[in-house]
Amino acid sequence: MLPLRTLAARPSKHAAYNRHVATTRPPAEDRQLLSTISGIENEPLYSPENVEIDYERDLGRPGEFPFTRGVYKSMYRGRLWTMRQFAGFGTAEETNERFRYLLDHGQTGLSTAFDMPTLMGYDSDHSRSLGEVGREGVAVDSLGDMQTLFDGIPLGEVSTSMTINGPAAMLLAFYACVGEEQGVPLSSMRGTVQTDILKEYIAQKEWIFPPEPSMRLVVDMIEWCAAEMPLMHPVSISGYHIREAGSTAAQELAFTLADGFAYVEACVARGLDVDSFAPRLSFFFNAHLDFFEEIAKYRAARRIWAARMRDRYGAKDPRSWLMRFHTQTAGVSLTAQQPEVNIVRTAIEALAAVLGGTQSLHTNSFDEALALPTENAVRLALRTQQVIAHETGVVNTTDPLGGSYYLEHLTDELEQQAYDYFERIEKLGGVVAAIEENFQQREIAEASFRYQAEVERGERLVVGVNAYEIEDEATLDILRIDPTLEQKQVERVRAVRKGRDAAAAEAAVRRLEADAASDANLMPALLDASRAHVTMGEMCDALRRVWGTWRETPVF
Amino acid sequence: MERKIRVVVAKPGLDGHDRGAKIVARALRDAGMEVIYTGLHQTPEQIVETAIQEDADAVGISLLSGAHMTLVPRILDLLRENGADDVLVVLGGTIPDDDAEELKKQGVAAVFGPGAPTLEIVGFLAGAVPTS
Repeated sequence: MLPLRTLAARPSKHAAYNRHVATTRPPAEDRQLLSTISGIENEPLYSPENVEIDYERDLGRPGEFPFTRGVYKSMYRGRLWTMRQFAGFGTAEETNERFRYLLDHGQTGLSTAFDMPTLMGYDSDHSRSLGEVGREGVAVDSLGDMQTLFDGIPLGEVSTSMTINGPAAMLLAFYACVGEEQGVPLSSMRGTVQTDILKEYIAQKEWIFPPEPSMRLVVDMIEWCAAEMPLMHPVSISGYHIREAGSTAAQELAFTLADGFAYVEACVARGLDVDSFAPRLSFFFNAHLDFFEEIAKYRAARRIWAARMRDRYGAKDPRSWLMRFHTQTAGVSLTAQQPEVNIVRTAIEALAAVLGGTQSLHTNSFDEALALPTENAVRLALRTQQVIAHETGVVNTTDPLGGSYYLEHLTDELEQQAYDYFERIEKLGGVVAAIEENFQQREIAEASFRYQAEVERGERLVVGVNAYEIEDEATLDILRIDPTLEQKQVERVRAVRKGRDAAAAEAAVRRLEADAASDANLMPALLDASRAHVTMGEMCDALRRVWGTWRETPVF
Repeated sequence: MERKIRVVVAKPGLDGHDRGAKIVARALRDAGMEVIYTGLHQTPEQIVETAIQEDADAVGISLLSGAHMTLVPRILDLLRENGADDVLVVLGGTIPDDDAEELKKQGVAAVFGPGAPTLEIVGFLAGAVPTS
């Protein structure tokens, strides 16, 4: 742990200035909070008197320990971030079309959104899937759907991110099989599978199995990718959903990194050498509206990860110390009222992500508080990134805000709050034990309620919601999902079951069950099952029979 | 004598977006109502069963998965089939305007969209449920 930086209060011109400002606020504005959106108190001014910076220890140069200023030496001068818009709706055909549209407009990587049944491990014809197929993402039931999804997209050239957690291993197996059929060697396929099941229990709530076998599946994927698909990121440790569930920036930072350390510990417990997998771990953060707090969060995250990986987990390969991350602007900050204003919010959030040194970025579309985005709205969101990249000049110098007294103070503050949370989680017996006690869930619910109360009391203003409202807003054209797609997809998965070699499919399911009951790595059995056209839901059912399912005790 | 309003806050469907449901549940409780929060991933059958067992005055459904036109009518039907159509049904989440209108025609008492203040929801329930 880095030494704490606290400075003794001392009488000074600076302190006198801060006192003066604090006492001369006009009463009319007195209700507005001056803390960050997460509730960190701000001084009116920061100077060398309340921020101590040891340059070599705390910052250093980009690409050097502790990586506060960035993971690469040349950062965006060397290569811009990947512009990666998350997309998926309807069936694989509709989403394939959207993918091609985005690539045609200059997007540089793909990111797949799956529908709720897929995320929860149900095939499209399951009774729980009724009304949900293709609504929030694309429905993928079988290898055939995955082939359609990436039809005409060269998987040896385009990197693909897949937001999938409970059934991540099944979708990775499908993806690998599509690569095989395109003739792309596994060793040259690039991409990211989210796989972060811990944050599902904490925040996003799309789980299938209990934590213990879920963690085993994650480690199976990490182990298998390290050997077979070395350019894949087998897990993207995600704070995004933690923040969307209403957490503070500090909670997002702390719970995400704690999850990351839990995966590292699980892999080490399996007997893996830390440097054999750590370089492929990646992260995913939110970009919320409190501009400086967000930039500080990314910088603190890099510094904490580097220090712990080196000093606590004994990683020797400098690549194991690097925290590389994807960022998405905050869906939760979008408003249904005056939705065009969301374009401005998203631009500011995206700028924070870039100034915080992100490796890839998704910008939300302005209509997303209402529905999945239309094509035009998505293009505008992509253009927002392109303006930042090509017109603003912020890419010319790395970590241009580094050294700002305020930013360095916030970086230290968030780092300290994260270490405090690590300690509390450790006292509860670790991440999984804390989840089982609802610790993280309660902390987030508390923060979320506090923020809502602040908005409702008018202590925080949200433009168009509790300030500057307009009557009679025009309605927006939103994306409508064709309701006949569900039936089409249901028929498709039934046809897959009918058309395959039944004996081969059954044998593959039996092998999967047997492997799940043993301690074999499950990836080979899942690849077998994919090739035998066993559906995603059937694979999950096989594991449900062996492992059972998870249910949380709801708290509010 | 005045009695407490009993509300079941329910999350049907498969999505895990429970921030809104939890905030509303807590605001209703803070306003003095009895709140039963079902937790996630509930089927319409489970929700209606809870509403009947808990003798609820109202069911607050939170839905952000796009499946509202399938799941909400099903909940309304099941309430009717079980003789519980006196239970007030309110809905929150990302519900497009036309869908909200249609669901109101089918029996939903009110629809609260993104950004609706919790006070408005509390006020609506307090006004719509008889408490004496």
